Amino acid sequence: MLIKTPKKSDELESQVTPKAVYQQRRNMLKTMGFLGTSALLASQPARAISWFSDDDELFKTMPLSFTKSSQFSTQETLTPIDKVTSHNNFYEFGTAKSDPKENAQKFKVEPWKLVIDGLVEKPITLDYDDLTKLFPLEERIYRLRCVEAWSMVIPWIGFPLASLIKKASPLSSAKYVAFETLDDPKQMPGQKSRFIGGGIDYPYVEGLRMDEALHPLTLMSVGLYGETLPPQNGAPIRLVVPWKYGFKSIKSIVRIKLTDKQPPTTWQKLAANEYGFYANVNPAVSHPRWSQASERRITSGGLFNQSRVPTLPFNGYDEVADLYKGMDLRRYF
Amino acid sequence: MKIRLTNRRLFWLKVIIHLSAALPLVWVFYQGSIDQLGGDPVKEILHFTGISAFNLLLISLLVTPLAKRFKLAALVRVRRLLGLYAFVYALAHFLSYILFELQLAWQLLISEIVKRPYITVGFFAFVILLLLAATSTVWAQRKLGRTWQNLHNFVYLAGILIALHYIWSVKSDILQPLIYWALLLILLFFRKQKLTQLVKKCKKSLA
Repeated sequence: MLIKTPKKSDELESQVTPKAVYQQRRNMLKTMGFLGTSALLASQPARAISWFSDDDELFKTMPLSFTKSSQFSTQETLTPIDKVTSHNNFYEFGTAKSDPKENAQKFKVEPWKLVIDGLVEKPITLDYDDLTKLFPLEERIYRLRCVEAWSMVIPWIGFPLASLIKKASPLSSAKYVAFETLDDPKQMPGQKSRFIGGGIDYPYVEGLRMDEALHPLTLMSVGLYGETLPPQNGAPIRLVVPWKYGFKSIKSIVRIKLTDKQPPTTWQKLAANEYGFYANVNPAVSHPRWSQASERRITSGGLFNQSRVPTLPFNGYDEVADLYKGMDLRRYF
Repeated sequence: MKIRLTNRRLFWLKVIIHLSAALPLVWVFYQGSIDQLGGDPVKEILHFTGISAFNLLLISLLVTPLAKRFKLAALVRVRRLLGLYAFVYALAHFLSYILFELQLAWQLLISEIVKRPYITVGFFAFVILLLLAATSTVWAQRKLGRTWQNLHNFVYLAGILIALHYIWSVKSDILQPLIYWALLLILLFFRKQKLTQLVKKCKKSLA
């Protein structure tokens, strides 16, 4: 396993100010809206405020307490929070990258139920508070490589999936782990209408092999940038598997089921020639429609400030290579 | 109802076309350069310039049927302008892909054009529009004579290639590309006779 000596990763975060700037702007809008409307319509202020600015509708994230993991964190420049939270693939809320932020602000995460069952001795159910309180939380700065050849660097907060699985005491017959996203067409417009949801089958299902699931890099994330997850990023709990393409990192999970068979996963079912079960980041295996040899790193800055970087095998997380020893990764892409 | 297209009205129609085509293009590049185009300004620019080029091409293909239907021969005089703007947007689309998406990785550009069908057809459509734009002057029209019309008939092929480029580029949500296919096919249907003649001519010259 690759062990990195701890350096001051704190500095990286202090370089990134957008959150404060962002909130300041929002506060200004709010104040303006409030002053404007209270002067005009004293009788029905609440309604008028929300008409002038949708801030009241914004999903509220809460600060989390956590330790920082230097062992697992990269030192690369973080992607600013406003980009992490406004550029999302979450088809349950629409297929455009800006749709999830727009359509998910009223998403209800409380109460929540996450069930771990299947081939386990002790099936468990976590409620909303358990998600952030049952295990010690740590921050890990991971690279995220999307199958569409763009990438980000994100400070996630969460706990290893292994801790959760071990708590349920898996049976030795368990070979795979299947994950399922919430199925709630009332809250998720993409599940209600094929035209909004891109015509994929819901609920979204993902899966890992047992050894992948138990790998220390595999994270159950409950937050980013110091606070609980916004809904567009998969609140209240999501998977983060940094050496696989982003679509493996399933969002808003309600069920984790241990099985003895490889679970059929959503994108593989939709287009098996384009999206495999393993989906390990691999510059040598192209997507049929584009090269995976390099990626565009999304950081701050506009059009003239873009950078294209080479894509690394396993997204640079070489420590997982052992899991696939002897496997033909061109076949099992 | 009889609409009369005076020179004055035509002038203002051209002014409107210039403004509504040029301003958004300048605006979107300005917004992109100051990072005000959402999470990924590159994707945004590519989608905007691409779909706008297609929109303008479809509008330019609508001119002739409209002029015939409403007996407005003078309307044809805005057709070249619309076609040229379709080319300008296609050029912005192609250059943005090279400059911002590929970051001038020329080898990657060539291998993507060769290996990826949706890039291949998009590239051919661009080459057609380039040729049509380059020969859009009155001088070129006189110089080329009958060849000019033959060359400019390739606009229909460009339309089909662009529609292919679009539907092959999306991941799963093909509704919108299908709507564009429908619009294109309607516009081609207006030219049924001309197109069947063209196909016959092609077959003859191949035989």
